[in-house]
Amino acid sequence: MSAVVNGAGKVVDFVDQRITASNWLKRNIRKAFPDHWSFLLGEIALFSFIVLLLSGTFLAFWFKPSMTEVMYEGAYTNLRGIHMSEAFSSTLDLSFEVRGGLLMRQVHHWAALLFVAAMSVHMLRIFFTGAFRKPRELNWLIGATMLFLGIVNGFTGYSLPDDLLSGTGMRIIEGGMLAIPFIGAALSSFLFGGEYPGDDAISRLYILHVLLVPGLLLALVTLHLMILWYQKHTHWAGPGRTDRNVIGYPFFPIYVAKSGGFFFVVFGVITLISATIQINPVWLWGPYDPSRVSAGTQPDWYVGFLDGALRVMPAWEINIFGQPLSLGVLIAALVLPGLVLTPLILYPWLEQWVTGDWREHHVLDRPRNQPVRTGIGVAFITFYVLLWIAGGNDFVATIFDIPINWVIWFMRIAVIVLPPVMYFVTKRICLGLQRRDREKVLHGRESGVIMVSPDGEYSELHAPLSQEAAYELAAHRRQTPVQLDPETDENGIPAPRRRVEKVRARLSSFYFGDVVQKPTVHELEAAHHDGHGDGHGDGHGPAPAALGRGEPEPPGEQSGIGTAPQP
Amino acid sequence: MSTHESAEMSGHGGEVERAEPTGPPVPETVAEPIADPGLEDHVDRLADIDPKAERRADRQVAGMFALAALLIVGFLVAFFVFQIEVDGNVAEAVRNSNLALGLTLGLALFLIGTGAIHWAKKLMSSHEVDHERHELRSTDDVREAALADYELGVEESGFGRRKMIRNSLIGAMVLLPLPAVVLFRDLGPLPGDKKAHTIWDTDVRVVRDGSFEPVRPADLEIGSLVNAMPETFEDLPESGPARINERAKSPVILVRMEPDEINAAEGRENWHVDGILAYSKICTHVGCPINLYEQNTHHMLCPCHQSTFDLADNGRVVFGPAPRSLPQLPLAVDDDGYLVAQSDFTESVGPSYWGRRR
Repeated sequence: MSAVVNGAGKVVDFVDQRITASNWLKRNIRKAFPDHWSFLLGEIALFSFIVLLLSGTFLAFWFKPSMTEVMYEGAYTNLRGIHMSEAFSSTLDLSFEVRGGLLMRQVHHWAALLFVAAMSVHMLRIFFTGAFRKPRELNWLIGATMLFLGIVNGFTGYSLPDDLLSGTGMRIIEGGMLAIPFIGAALSSFLFGGEYPGDDAISRLYILHVLLVPGLLLALVTLHLMILWYQKHTHWAGPGRTDRNVIGYPFFPIYVAKSGGFFFVVFGVITLISATIQINPVWLWGPYDPSRVSAGTQPDWYVGFLDGALRVMPAWEINIFGQPLSLGVLIAALVLPGLVLTPLILYPWLEQWVTGDWREHHVLDRPRNQPVRTGIGVAFITFYVLLWIAGGNDFVATIFDIPINWVIWFMRIAVIVLPPVMYFVTKRICLGLQRRDREKVLHGRESGVIMVSPDGEYSELHAPLSQEAAYELAAHRRQTPVQLDPETDENGIPAPRRRVEKVRARLSSFYFGDVVQKPTVHELEAAHHDGHGDGHGDGHGPAPAALGRGEPEPPGEQSGIGTAPQP
Repeated sequence: MSTHESAEMSGHGGEVERAEPTGPPVPETVAEPIADPGLEDHVDRLADIDPKAERRADRQVAGMFALAALLIVGFLVAFFVFQIEVDGNVAEAVRNSNLALGLTLGLALFLIGTGAIHWAKKLMSSHEVDHERHELRSTDDVREAALADYELGVEESGFGRRKMIRNSLIGAMVLLPLPAVVLFRDLGPLPGDKKAHTIWDTDVRVVRDGSFEPVRPADLEIGSLVNAMPETFEDLPESGPARINERAKSPVILVRMEPDEINAAEGRENWHVDGILAYSKICTHVGCPINLYEQNTHHMLCPCHQSTFDLADNGRVVFGPAPRSLPQLPLAVDDDGYLVAQSDFTESVGPSYWGRRR
């Protein structure tokens, strides 16, 4: 036995005699994890979170979360003699008087941007592949909560240095709070300890930023991983891969090396970016002054969609009981995030209810096989990206030399019109791809070889797919709309909850009504016997007879081909 | 299923399942056209069969780790070589130190990572494992046993039977969060009317922001714009938040235009002095300071969300998300010929809020 095993054996022996560790190890150390690039997105999020904890702890050794006014006397000569908060001056000290301090600040900021980005893209991956389906709804919920907390913590962190940009961001949040009816002004007064900006906000945001929110995130990420571990990872459809098994490489040693290595890659890449690309040079913005702002102010990317919403909303304000209610701000800052988040969080349950699919799923969906879900996802992305672009409408106007008013009007219309258009386009593309898959299963792939028949007719030779390739295309489950039970049973008693069921049946046929089904055994046999059969059929109605390919057959004769096994 | 029907199906393609909405679902055996061929055979990698390739991979991995070790030493050297306590250009010294530290550390981390991944991909076993999944749901007897245990616990505690105990406990627990909520009451005072007033007042001089010099009408040319503050701002205490709080409310912009270009609303005809107007600098949308002025149109733009105000027309919103005009500060000239305010703003400055003074 090697020294490595001997050494580890002693540790295991010690732990095992105390907490039965071998039992757990035996079941888990070789856990199978499937390989796919899209499974790395969540890992990027996890690893950038760890980088955030490490770099943030370093920063906290020097940063002073205080709004007490001081006169700057530090190393950066351009700001000497200027009055500023201790938070800002300690941020300058961190950058100019601590070796590696600037690097850690930049690592922290870049890692935060990457953290939210990786979580977002990971969530999209989960959505489009249906990995949120039973039994993984809990992890979807935890993930959505983490994304929300990540954005909140990003924002609190953005405010801490108390530079001109962060102060402007805080002011916009205050404006959003003020729009809340009845209690807006009181909420603002409670957060800022009196009038805005006061001298309490930073120490309050600080404790949220370094303890409360990261603590919650750490707890949730642990839970997320434990559930993932317990439920085993999903995998893509393929030969030998089913809902009853998981095919992959063993956790130890393959994934310890690969994921452990990937952590260092993520950390390394963040560090290299931070070494070479400057981010948030607060000494150029200067300390916060509520009466100053620089043109072209931009928030961190993940707040961009909210800023865009604030920009495109019309100036709606109504009076209730003689009091102003800023609908424009209220909708953009509070109603819209709620409208976006709530269906997002509830989506797994909504889809389950509509489709009536309560089965466990461990094989991922190809997005094309869920045309409606994929369309909804793309519509959502379109909406989000448009708002995000609207958040930089001044840049759009400057770069393309268009009046800013046009840009805003375009965005106002586009955020309403384009998502449904993109939904429709995406769904059509998915249906087209499904048809292509169906064709490939039925007739093989196009070989590029053109045949001339003795009659002088041209046709393309189709090469059959391997069974593995065909299985991959036809492994997904058939989806059929929920059937509506008859209005009354045989005794004439009305079915219960008829109206709800009607809505459900309608939604269900919206989801699956025009899905292109994979071929049945009969269809496949018919296609193989025939050679071309409904080669140009699109799954909608009878195929045009032979479409000039092969000799025409009388309908009766054609139906004789492809005889199914008789019962 | 008859021969004829099955052939019909093939002719109708994917339509089959929907042809008869109430028809029976397609049996699973018919539904699955391609049988699962089972796992692919394992394909050996080059390093599995060619000892030379294996040795090469071995060297590559070790090379990456060794290079990482060198870079870590390089980081330590850079830490001491690139001093940032310099007399000259601190920003440049910091930039160099940042670059040297970041490149050495980043590359070292990256190489450790790629080394480990390369090791796993080329040299560790490439055999996949096939693990069975178990249904996550507990078996019926386990569920029943768990439920029985729970019911036993409820029974033993008497939680269901002893209604007085239960109700009083629920009552106490419902009240318990209240101290936690009330404890936070002193986070801040109630807003009162502080938001509604600034230190602008009758005969308070208008001073230039920065230099804090009072302004004579003649100092302003037509088309010019000046950031201004109330003179009393300088009397506010240095310590505490009073100054910065006032800074968030009372800044104004002074603009001068031809008096006949001003379209003053009723009651505001005498708020300007020879075409000099003063408006709050705080945007009525969400409170950013406005600062982009277009002389010939008299339009003022907020750089945050592009609300545009017409300063010749009582600060009216001409575009963008701001719901209200910019509050105007009524101006006059005092005995010494300096610009002063006639009064405080006649409404709350900044964003709308419930209870705003109008």
